[in-house]
Amino acid sequence: MSEGILWLYIFALAAFVGYLVISGVPPLLHTPLMSATNAISGISLVGSLVTAGADYNLTSSLLGLVAVTCATINVVGGFLITDRMLKMFRKRGDRRS
Amino acid sequence: MTTPSIEIAYLAASLLFIFGLRGLRSPETARRGIQLAELAMLIAISATLLHNHLVRYDWIIIGVCVGSAIGVAMAIFIPMTKMPERIALSHAFGGLAAALVGVSEYSRHSGILPAGKMAAIGFEVMLGALTFTGSLMAFGKLQGMISERPITHRFQNGLNVIFFAATFVAIGYLIPHPVHQELFYGVVGMSFLLGVLIVLPIGGADMPVVISLLNSYAGLAAAATGFALSNTVLVVCGALDGASGFFLSLVMSKAMNRSFANILFGAFGQERENGNDATRAVRKSLLGATIGDALVVFGNARSVIIVPGYGMAAAHAQHAVREFAELLEQQGITVKYAIHPVAGRMPGHMNVLLAEANVPYDHLYDIDAINDEFANSDVALVVGANDVVNPAAKNDSASPIYGMPVLNADQSRTVIVLKRSLNPGFAKIDNELFTRPNTMMIFGDAKETLVELIKAMKEKG
Repeated sequence: MSEGILWLYIFALAAFVGYLVISGVPPLLHTPLMSATNAISGISLVGSLVTAGADYNLTSSLLGLVAVTCATINVVGGFLITDRMLKMFRKRGDRRS
Repeated sequence: MTTPSIEIAYLAASLLFIFGLRGLRSPETARRGIQLAELAMLIAISATLLHNHLVRYDWIIIGVCVGSAIGVAMAIFIPMTKMPERIALSHAFGGLAAALVGVSEYSRHSGILPAGKMAAIGFEVMLGALTFTGSLMAFGKLQGMISERPITHRFQNGLNVIFFAATFVAIGYLIPHPVHQELFYGVVGMSFLLGVLIVLPIGGADMPVVISLLNSYAGLAAAATGFALSNTVLVVCGALDGASGFFLSLVMSKAMNRSFANILFGAFGQERENGNDATRAVRKSLLGATIGDALVVFGNARSVIIVPGYGMAAAHAQHAVREFAELLEQQGITVKYAIHPVAGRMPGHMNVLLAEANVPYDHLYDIDAINDEFANSDVALVVGANDVVNPAAKNDSASPIYGMPVLNADQSRTVIVLKRSLNPGFAKIDNELFTRPNTMMIFGDAKETLVELIKAMKEKG
């Protein structure tokens, strides 16, 4: 079995599990869901880090720098804003401090 | 490349991400879920810093510092009403990061790549680039920098198909012949253009679908980056993000009664017919109701269902809505909120705004949960919603929105509509609900009207 197929396996199974998990999210939380997956997709930071820090050549490093910046914005901003959003959701009775 | 310890860390992170997302099934567990996802991110990034290709950290430190500063600023200063814009921007950042990593991978190998890698890089760059420009266009439309009206031309669908096909053919040719650099950069340029072409013809009311689709593309771009870099956690997270966007697109398309093919090929947002002469004539003769009229109706009501729409977001009226609803509750009136899945400009838009205004989430009801209750309610208060309460979707087979699930606001004993004017919404469809005998239209800015209503009701005591 070629290695390429193994990668497709990982992708397909992860997408399937992801779909099952996410289809249980109620419409109430669809915006936080989108915001959270945005933050999670900031995981492209791990790719950008290697590009920026591997010192392949100047072009690569500069492209990596911009990519690291973009991905960090998503990770940091995404998690913070998702949390800010979720803090607002409260039930009848419990008052926000 | 990666060592076993990095791989184990990535595996742990992947599982934590999935558990974290699972927390979003309920508002009670959601914050804990996000904390798990944050932990997963920390593990994945720390492990990556041990990668043996990493030799210098100066670029990384600059990027992380600048990115964190911008990220924190955005998280603190962006108001909840601007959430669709922020989401669109973050899709753009995600797409750009993927595209740039792809270009860098291609350029550092000077175009000498095995077929599998070339295919991964090709799709990564294409998806990343079109997500970037597409999301910027969506951002521009949401901000009003670009007209929210669909910008269409006669050859648009044909042209888009040709561009798509050409990009695919070029990637297909590059896979066995990766040395053709000019072709590779042609693909990059064409993908940037494609993003613009896909989003330009889309109208404001279709934004929830577009944003979900771009979310999906951003995820696929990240997954393709994972293929290109042989990075497992990237593939898993890209797949999760892609699946989430795909799921939301399906929900949105169902809520608009559009087929998925219709959405994939961007055939939505075309100009629709603008009502018939009869409703147009009625529209001219229609007089708005006054605050006093509305007070009488509310005075006799036992139950009120509030239907918010994009107009509430545009007028920043969510706090006034909540204040008015609390006044009603003090008089013993039951108040519920009916939320249509595509009300607003992104999935869940109304829920977030009302949560911000301190409305308890157990007062918010989905369309399926509340639609049967309209018939027994005294007042349906429609705040800046239009297409999602249009009865034509139920009974006029000639209407472009026929078949779309809508809220049964028309079944309420009295319908009170707060609206800027009688101009049809972005969908350009007249709404017969507005001209029915049991409907009262109060024209003006939704927030100002509500503030006046609150004042008048307090004076009445």
